[in-house]
Amino acid sequence: MTPVLQLRGIVKSFGSNHVLRGIDLDVSPHEVVVLIGASGSGKSTLLKTTNLLERIDDGQILLAGDDISDPRADVDAVRARIGVVFQHYNLFPHLTVLDNVTLALRRVHKLARQECQERGLALLGRIGLAGQARDYPDRLSGGQQQRVAIARAIAPDPELLLLDEITSALDPQLVGEVLDLVAELKQSGSTILMATHEIGFARRVADRIVFLKDGTICEQGPPSQLLDSPGRAETAEFLSRVLH
Amino acid sequence: MTGPSRHPGERRDLGAVSDLELGRRAYRRRQAARSIGISLLSTVVFAVVIGVVLVNSPGWQVTRDTFFNPEYFRQALPAVWQGLLLNIRVLAVAVVGVAVVAVAIAGIRSLKGPVFFPLRFLAAAYTDLFRGMPFLIVLYLIGFGIPALGLTDQVIPVTLLGTIALVLTYSSYVAEVLRAGIEAVHPSQRLAARSLGLSHYASLRLVVLPQAVRKVTPALMNDFVSMQKDVGLISVLGAVDAVRAAQIQVAQTYNYTPYVVAGLLFVALSWPFIRLTDWLTARQQRREQIGGLV
Ligand SMILES: Nc1ncnc2c1ncn2[C@@H]1O[C@H](COP(=O)(O)OP(=O)(O)OP(=O)(O)O)[C@@H](O)[C@H]1O
Ligand SMILES: [Mg+2]
Repeated sequence: MTPVLQLRGIVKSFGSNHVLRGIDLDVSPHEVVVLIGASGSGKSTLLKTTNLLERIDDGQILLAGDDISDPRADVDAVRARIGVVFQHYNLFPHLTVLDNVTLALRRVHKLARQECQERGLALLGRIGLAGQARDYPDRLSGGQQQRVAIARAIAPDPELLLLDEITSALDPQLVGEVLDLVAELKQSGSTILMATHEIGFARRVADRIVFLKDGTICEQGPPSQLLDSPGRAETAEFLSRVLH
Repeated sequence: MTGPSRHPGERRDLGAVSDLELGRRAYRRRQAARSIGISLLSTVVFAVVIGVVLVNSPGWQVTRDTFFNPEYFRQALPAVWQGLLLNIRVLAVAVVGVAVVAVAIAGIRSLKGPVFFPLRFLAAAYTDLFRGMPFLIVLYLIGFGIPALGLTDQVIPVTLLGTIALVLTYSSYVAEVLRAGIEAVHPSQRLAARSLGLSHYASLRLVVLPQAVRKVTPALMNDFVSMQKDVGLISVLGAVDAVRAAQIQVAQTYNYTPYVVAGLLFVALSWPFIRLTDWLTARQQRREQIGGLV
């Protein structure tokens, strides 16, 4: 099967700061790949280049086999195929919860109003927020806002979901509800590439964990292997720092 | 219920209110009544003082007869009202023009990237020019300059020329207000919109502009009210609007009451919008934020 995402030799620098020095990474359909690494190791940058929010300096990005790093690629069409959730939710404060969730369906995918409403409400029901459909985002707790942001990202059934530290702005007691939702997305077959500092959660949902260091993939493998018996000293050192 | 103290785990009956809370509510009611009383009293005192000073000033008799003459008031009202209708028509068209041009200019000025430098430069020059130039000068230049070009054989209506001048001047003000609003919207909002696959233009229209406009509604309404008044200046081009109609009456009677009529009508025109702004702003705040006590 064609991988959903193929990153080939991705290079990205900010001035003299060489953040990504040749990243090769495939994400297969229904696979959950978790990026870990020290702060500044380039996790967010890798996710942003995938969504064409940052332009790469070299390499190639294929989405379901299509070269989306080609300058002739339609950037908006590419982004419409990828869902993104940010650390700070970034919901639209002037739109109701339901309108936030259905905006892309209405304006990008041009579905009929009726269908958008139905899909939006169904999705809100699934994340337990049907009662808040007509509220404005500022009325919700952080955890609820982040769940709405996830609903907004998955509403158009994207081929790939990018999650960038979606729990790190949340109070500890709200982290659980958001992570549970991600676990449920995995169950329902979403393809996910995510960056996180929650090693425990990575163990729970990841099919594969990728450890980034110095702009390259230092080590990757299934959670049990990478977390319990890392093959490289750098990985072990990083894990001992974040786990204690 | 007497006080807030209860046994652990005991459920409060939320229908009943404690004496403590009842006392607080009574106190707040008394305070509110007192504030209203004080402000009413001071308003009355102020009005009486102004009235006494006016009536006792040496020229009051003459002033009253030349500015506040009920007979001339009744006479002037129909013509001035007709003139005001023209002002309203010009205003309605100009507002649409201002909205379109201002959004375009603000949009251009907030474009990023060196490719757009020439466009940005032109837009900046436009706003600098028309914000700096007195409206009266713009009116004269457009009102007498465009016909002088002789582009058509027909006579260009002065109301059209006045509308163009209004749009030129006010779109430059409004564009700057909008641009400030656009810049006050956090870049992450645009990022989120683009990530959904919305185009640059769609992000601006659906996500950035609505938030920008909310942030600057008071300033926009301020410009609108100011525009309502300046629409009276088209009389200098010879349009028979409210001001010109009043002028004609004054010239016939040597009584200034028609000016007062026109002035009051302009106030009456802008007042609903001023109140509307306050109401809209308040509703916005209630809806989108948990206000708390501050
Ligand atoms: N737009 C930018 N301009 C300049 N430098 C940038 C930019 N974005 C990221 N960087 C730099 O790139 C490096 C990698 O940043 P990135 O945000 O990808 O790290 P991260 O792994 O996501 O870190 P964290 O765990 O703190 O989120 C950092 O040194 C950062 O300063
Ligand atoms: Mg990051």
